[in-house]
Amino acid sequence: MAAIEVRQVSKRFGALQALADIDLEVREGEFFGLLGPNGAGKTTLISILAGLARADTGSARIMGHDVALDYRGARRALGVVPQELVFDPFFTVRETLRNQSGYFGLRANDRWIDEVMASLDLTAKADVNMRALSGGMKRRVLVAQALVHKPPVIVLDEPTAGVDVELRQGLWQFVQRLNRDGHTIVLTTHYLEEAETMCARIAMLKQGRLVALDSTANLLRQLHSLHLRVRLRSGEWPANLEAVDSGGARVVRLREYGEVESVLAALRAAGCSIEEMELQQPDLEDVFLEIMRRK
Amino acid sequence: MTGFPTLLYKEVLRFRKVGVQTVAAPVLTALLYLLIFGHVMDRHVRVYESVSYTTFLVPGLVMMSVLQNAFANSSSSLMQSKMTGNVVFVLLPPISYLEFFSAYVLAAATRGLVVGAGVLLVTMPFVELPVRALHWVVLFAMAGSIILGALGLIAAIVADKIDQVQAFQNFLIMPLTFLSGVFYSVHSLPAFWQELSHFNPVFYMIDGFRHGFFGVSDVDPRLGFAVVAACLGVVSAAALMLLKGGYKLRY
Repeated sequence: MAAIEVRQVSKRFGALQALADIDLEVREGEFFGLLGPNGAGKTTLISILAGLARADTGSARIMGHDVALDYRGARRALGVVPQELVFDPFFTVRETLRNQSGYFGLRANDRWIDEVMASLDLTAKADVNMRALSGGMKRRVLVAQALVHKPPVIVLDEPTAGVDVELRQGLWQFVQRLNRDGHTIVLTTHYLEEAETMCARIAMLKQGRLVALDSTANLLRQLHSLHLRVRLRSGEWPANLEAVDSGGARVVRLREYGEVESVLAALRAAGCSIEEMELQQPDLEDVFLEIMRRK
Repeated sequence: MTGFPTLLYKEVLRFRKVGVQTVAAPVLTALLYLLIFGHVMDRHVRVYESVSYTTFLVPGLVMMSVLQNAFANSSSSLMQSKMTGNVVFVLLPPISYLEFFSAYVLAAATRGLVVGAGVLLVTMPFVELPVRALHWVVLFAMAGSIILGALGLIAAIVADKIDQVQAFQNFLIMPLTFLSGVFYSVHSLPAFWQELSHFNPVFYMIDGFRHGFFGVSDVDPRLGFAVVAACLGVVSAAALMLLKGGYKLRY
């Protein structure tokens, strides 16, 4: 069974086509990235999964539960960390988490609440009013709120926007632990290096359309842009070896790692000796920019 | 039923935490009305033979406080949640629209009734209030507070800004309650205004509630309750329809 299944989902706001025919499947236990520029439709897609918005056409399922027809099942299976830093100023951290548990029908949930608070370093703030917390602490409470009902699928909508480095790293360690424990994680982020290190598979949205959906490794490979940068100590660069000048060195574009061998062979045959060599890999940012430019 | 008990509890806890503002303040306001109007009018006005003006005034003030505070509770709670965005916390869980409605409206009715009881309590030293038909007191207070709680919910759902809720309160709820015979019997009004009062549902709430105390009223409480019950049906149906369709809450 897929953790998330999106079929032919479209959504329009007036003249704006927010989502167009999105088909997407996230497997159980996956760490999945949802990327795209602002206004690409990421939050709209998440809102449809969470039942905050309704698709004009198409259907979506969480762990097999249709988000419209079986909204109770779908919402029980899903934990959402919203993008906005929202909180209820009337309550303390513990009250907030107890209320959230109760909304899911869990009325004796203190053990799990304590565990979640401990994991997120919130224990010392348990009886502090939400208003008195720093932005980073409020963000942690939002994460805790999404976890009170132990959902198998967790969606984090730009959870690290405006969060300091220390908290960001703590948060990622925690989310990775949840993933190891079997939770399916869907993440939207602007920090591409985060998506690159953590997500096994990535979908890219642009103007409401799905423009890429593949494993992170395949996406990186797709760009054909391994760059081999070589600086010669002596010898003449062979004319049959295509390269561009770059600050006294030469850069050869490779399709795959194996081609390094033939470059070295050609240089050896031409009698060159190498002073410095570096293999530069594309990162997700290159792929992202390339895909956004292309489609 | 999964989220209802907690949502109700949370809504009640919310106004309890700011009890000075949500309960004590309206009780004081009602007491001031009683002291001033009672003092000025007591010797000049007599609505029913056996009832002094100050005594006549108390049930009206109680009911007015019940209604206004029921409206204020649901409207301000949901509106604040919409404005701050924390309404997602109740939209993400598996809470049905019926549970959502019941929790907000019952919490609003609770606040209305608590304030009403408070007004009754603080006015006790000033008047000796008979209770001729307790069932009408209870029925009209409950129905009235639920109706105004549901109206507050509707106002908060429909409004995009806090001023719109305030306009709803100032231009609809306040005139309806003030022109419903809280401070007078509509019988003392000129014919035209008397007729017009009969189109004001709040008039029936106050009149019926007062009947429970004095055993006399402008209209038969059974007719009054029929009107109030019909009102309850219409307002609740409207609120439930908005919630079911997710109007302005789920887009």
